[in-house]
This record gives sequence, structure tokens and C-alpha cells, in this order.
Amino acid sequence: MTLVLEPVADATAPLARRNPVAKLGAALLFSLPLAATLDPLTPALALVIELALLPFFGVRYRVLARRSWPLTLAAAGILVTMVLFAADRTGAPLFSLGPFDITTGVVATALGLVLRLFAVALPGIIVFATTDPTDLADALVQNAKAPARFAIGALAAFRIVPLLGEEWQMLALARRARGIDAGRNPLARLRLFGSTAFALLVGALRRGARLALAMDARGFDSGIPRTCARRQVFGRADAALMIGAAALSAAILTISIQAGLFRPIIG
Amino acid sequence: MPEVVLRGFGWRHAGRRAWAVRGVDLRISHGERVLLLGPSGAGKSTLLAALAGLLPEDSGESEGTVEIDGLEPVKARERVGIVFQDPQTQLVMARCGDDVAFGLENRGVPAEEIWPRVSEALDRVGFPYPIGRRTAALSGGEQQRLALAGVLAPRPGLLLLDEPTANLDPAGGALIRSAIARSHDPDTTLILVEHRIAEALTLVDRVVVLEPGGGVRADGTPTAVFSLLGDQLAEQGVWVPGRPLPTHRAVAPPADPLVRAEHVTVRHRLPATTICARAGEALAVTGPNGAGKSTLALLLGGLLAPTSGSVDAAPGGAPHKWRAAALTQRIGSVFQSPEHQFVTSRVADELALGPRQLGRTDVSATVDELLDRLRLTKLAGANPYTLSGGEARRLSVATALATAPRLLVLDEPTFGQDRRTWIELVELLARLRDDGCGIVAVTHDEDFVTALADRTVVLGRPG
Repeated sequence: MTLVLEPVADATAPLARRNPVAKLGAALLFSLPLAATLDPLTPALALVIELALLPFFGVRYRVLARRSWPLTLAAAGILVTMVLFAADRTGAPLFSLGPFDITTGVVATALGLVLRLFAVALPGIIVFATTDPTDLADALVQNAKAPARFAIGALAAFRIVPLLGEEWQMLALARRARGIDAGRNPLARLRLFGSTAFALLVGALRRGARLALAMDARGFDSGIPRTCARRQVFGRADAALMIGAAALSAAILTISIQAGLFRPIIG
Repeated sequence: MPEVVLRGFGWRHAGRRAWAVRGVDLRISHGERVLLLGPSGAGKSTLLAALAGLLPEDSGESEGTVEIDGLEPVKARERVGIVFQDPQTQLVMARCGDDVAFGLENRGVPAEEIWPRVSEALDRVGFPYPIGRRTAALSGGEQQRLALAGVLAPRPGLLLLDEPTANLDPAGGALIRSAIARSHDPDTTLILVEHRIAEALTLVDRVVVLEPGGGVRADGTPTAVFSLLGDQLAEQGVWVPGRPLPTHRAVAPPADPLVRAEHVTVRHRLPATTICARAGEALAVTGPNGAGKSTLALLLGGLLAPTSGSVDAAPGGAPHKWRAAALTQRIGSVFQSPEHQFVTSRVADELALGPRQLGRTDVSATVDELLDRLRLTKLAGANPYTLSGGEARRLSVATALATAPRLLVLDEPTFGQDRRTWIELVELLARLRDDGCGIVAVTHDEDFVTALADRTVVLGRPG
């Protein structure tokens, strides 16, 4: 198990270069309003725009496909569940799958959900694929006035995450060496998983405590106002990115309202 | 004015009955370089933590006074830098330069001064890479060197080093020692805690020995201290230089093969290797970091399946296919980090676990015998996670012995151990071998190889 935490995009692409806080803000401004409606048109339009903008973020389509496989998996799950168990079976019947009548209503709802999933998640994926975690922490402190204790602390903790995969493997092997395995018994497997996870957690906490101690020894808790070695600038282009995101989102919602498809999530 | 003054200093961690350190009177002048010694449990690390201002008042009880330039340690934080054992939990940032800059940012150094000082600190420790290098891509020794640079960048007047080489292989240890020597400046007071004294002596001009019960046992130049107390200290577990170590050769030729690995590989970790472990033989596996030594130990221990090739422990074939309980009956594995292997909350329960799983009837007799043999009887009710390094190592070996396997596979068993535990371990393994067990030990420790190994296999560099 390895986790890739570094950005995978071309860092010189015009939108990838934007301030991390601006990118994060733009992603939220763009995707949150879209989550307010249940129709399939809104997320479809959003997806078209997101995919069209991808090259400006320096993310290649193939890389994106590789990165978003958990999303694809989740989408497939939703599709199957909805097709089989959706309560709303209105609309014209399309075909029958054994005892399940597949209607246009079912397909529309399932498709809407899958599209929403992608449309809402993609901006987040783009932000993290184009942003170095250090830059994000710096920008959060310098441009969004986030407390350094929180932002830099989270960054340091984040650096430990890839080590946990290795740790998990060692703990599992060590348990086998002690004569503990689950064989084919699912209950025993669950118990073993639980006890290994607990040991991992305890180890992570100890590690975290040691790291926190080392950070404080280096003056992290000194109370002196912190300076910043790496400057993050929030300029006009960054503001424009956020305004653009909000404007696009508004435009999409307008279209779907005009088309009479807008179905608010509340009410 | 002396820089560090302790008067009757003592500290007891909250919830503990015994004092971690007590009755220490010590004066260390500006620019002195001191090696702090004492058997494990003498409170060396606690003393360093106190000097670094890292013992919060609510975490225990203190006695006497500690002053750095006449200030309480908490107020003198800015003048003090400390390097710990584990490089993994000292580096904060993803890139090398950023990590060195971290301490400067914390102390409010103006941005335009930070980068020149980062370069200066990296130069001082002889760091060979550009500042954009990922910290995760460094070896342990390089990471520790970087940690030292990060601590030196704010220019501390007092530099504390808490076993900076303990988690490193010999090459990594040499790297950090040369960095300490190189970066030394006569205005910095240095206090070093280190197990391997012979190598550390070039870095210091004064030795202070702490007494486990409390107080300072000896204080003076290295020559004076060791000629007076050398034998006693060695007896207590201190690695006094120039003391010979016992060697144990096999009394009989090796017997039947216990596990044979033919052309085994593990993808990205171990190139094709053939090796055989026999009964009545101590086999040492050495080689540089990354050669796949630990992976080979996992293969022989039946914990990992090879990507290609075969591992055969006749009768029964490939050990990685056995059920875990069956495995413990035949092959015992001891990991480098003992904590990974502890699964219960009492020392005695750890020892009872294996025999009980096999349905043996004489469990308590086995447990008592092992507790006695490995000097753990007093700790029978203790939580394994609270043991000292030496105690935890002895317990992890004992857990593997509880099911009486014929083959014992150990990964760096002597790593970071004091002299006393080291000798006990070697004697224990020698006796097991002479009783007909097979021993396989992956190790960087040349003394260990000399003392015990009947045969050595050297794994090559990754190809």
C-alpha cells in the first residue's frame, strides 16, 4: 500500500499556478451550489466545464482517470444499487432485468446521482492534483489567516500518513509471527483487523506525540509571531479565478432553472 | 558565568513511584563538550528533556533547580537545540530546505534572513543535496544530518544530542558523527547521550556518569573516568571502550537443514537469493541497507510469500502457507522493533500466548522458566509497552522461545542494546544453538557476528 501525496500536474499550467487558497475557494464556490439540485442537467453541464478546464490546470486526462478510480468504483456501486432498488419507478418502462423493471425515471435518477458525484468531487481532485501540500498550508496561513498551529501541524501530521501503510504491514506480519491469524473465519478476521487497527492507532499517536515534542523543541510553541520563509501571494488573477468559478456556477444554475429541470434538494 | 547549572535536580514522571533522575548537582561551563553516561534507566534522556524545557510542570514532579544562563529552561528555549533518536519523527516538512527553515520561522527570523541561514546550516553539517530535495528520499543518516542542521540553524548556545545514532546503521552513525564534529563551534556547549562510547569520545572533552539510584557517580576527563570506573561501568551495561567481548563458537558441526530458500525473490525488495539455515548453527546475514536482509528474514520466518523461487521447511513445505500457530511451533521470528510484536497488556500474558494457542498444558511452568531465564520475573505484571529498550528486547526474544521452535530468525537483535543485554543475548543464542536450534540473525553489528556467527552470508547492493 503506497499513497501518492505529491501533486501530479504540470506546475506551470496557467490555473495550476494560482494561489492554493484561491483554487480551494474556487472549487467550493463552483461545486457547492451545484449540490443543491437533484436534476441531471446541472451536474452534466458542470462536468463539461470541469473537463474543458482540465488542460488549463495542467492535468492530463489519463492521469485524472487513474487518480479517480475510487470515484469510478463508487459511481458503479451507486448505479447498480439505484437500478435495482430505487423506490421511484415512474416513467416509461425501458426493459426488464429479471424481476426489476428499468424505467426512464430510474435511469434518470441513477444517472443524476452519478453525475453529481463526479461533478462535486472533480474540483477537489483537481485542487489536490495541482497543489503541493506545503504551499496549501503556507497559503492558508498567509492568505486565509488560518492559525499556523493548525495548518503547519496538520501538514506535519499529513507527512506521517504514508508511513502508516508500512506500519500496517509490519503489524500484520508480527501478529502472524506471534501465532495469531484468522484463517477463513470471518469473525476472527474482523477481530484481527480490529486489533491490528488499534495497534496502528496507538503507534500513530505515539509517533504524533514525539513529532509534536520535536516541533515544540524547535520553537513551534514559542509564542513569537511566526515569520514565513515561503511567500504566497494572492493577486488579481487569484481573485478572478474565484469570481469566475462563482459566475460559472450561477450560469449553470440559471440554465437548469430556465430549462425547468431545477429540483432543489430541500423542499 | 557557567552556562548550565543543576542543583539537586530530580524529576518523577506523573504516576510513577520511582524518580527518573534525582539528586543531580552539575555545572557545565560555556563551550564544554560533555558525554552523559549511565546504565539504561539512569535518567539521561529525562535530564536532557529538562534542559530543553520539555518537561511540562503538570507531567510530573520536580525537585531542585535547573538553570541555563541563570534562566529556567522553559525561558531559555531559544538558546537550546535538541536532536532526538528517531529521524522520522523530527522532520516536519516535505522538503529539506523548508525543514531547516521551520525553526527559524518559529523564532520570528525575518524572511530575507531565513534562506541564507538555511544554506549556512546545511553547509555546516555537510548536507550534500539541494534544498528542494524531498526529506522522504533521504536515508536515515542523511535525515538525521538534516535534523541536526535544522536544530543548528537558530544558532543555539546549548546543543543537546539524545542518542542521535541509536536508530541508524553503522554507516548512518558515522555520517551523523562526522556532521557533529564538522559543525562544532567553540561557543556552543554540547551535551551528548550515546551508547556507543568509543566512537563518541572524539566529540567530547568531559564525561559525566549518572548513578541509577540518584546523583552523579563520576565526572572528569574520559581517561580519568574510565581508568577509575571502567570495569564497574562495563558491568552495568555501559559500552566502555577497549573491553573485550566474549565469543561463542559452535561446539558441534551443523546438523540437518531446517529451512532452505532457493532462488527466492521479492519484487522491489530482494534479488534472487539462495540460503539454507541448519540446526545447531548460527548464521549471520549482513549487507548494506536496501539489500533485502529484513525481507529475507521474513521469508525464512514463513511470514512472507516469495515472488518467485521456493522456501522449503521440510517436512511441511513452504512455511508461509502454514497456519500461524503451527508456524510458531517450528519457526520463531523476532522483529527489529519489539513493540510491533506485543499483543497483550501484561508481560506474563505475552509469554503465555503462544503455548496456550497450541493447547499446551504446562503453560505457567514455561512462563515462569522464561521469566527467570531472561530476568523478567519482577516485570511479570508490567505492561509490555512500558518496558525499557533492553527489557522489551528480552521479552520479544522470550515470546519467540515460549513455543520452543527449532529455528529462530532475528532481525537486528542487538540494535541499540546496552552492553549487559548484548552479552546476555549472545549467551542465550549461543546456548540455544548448542542445544540444537538453528539461529538466523540479520545484523549490522560486527561485534555480534564475531561473537556468535558460525557462517555469514553477505547480501549485495540492490542491482
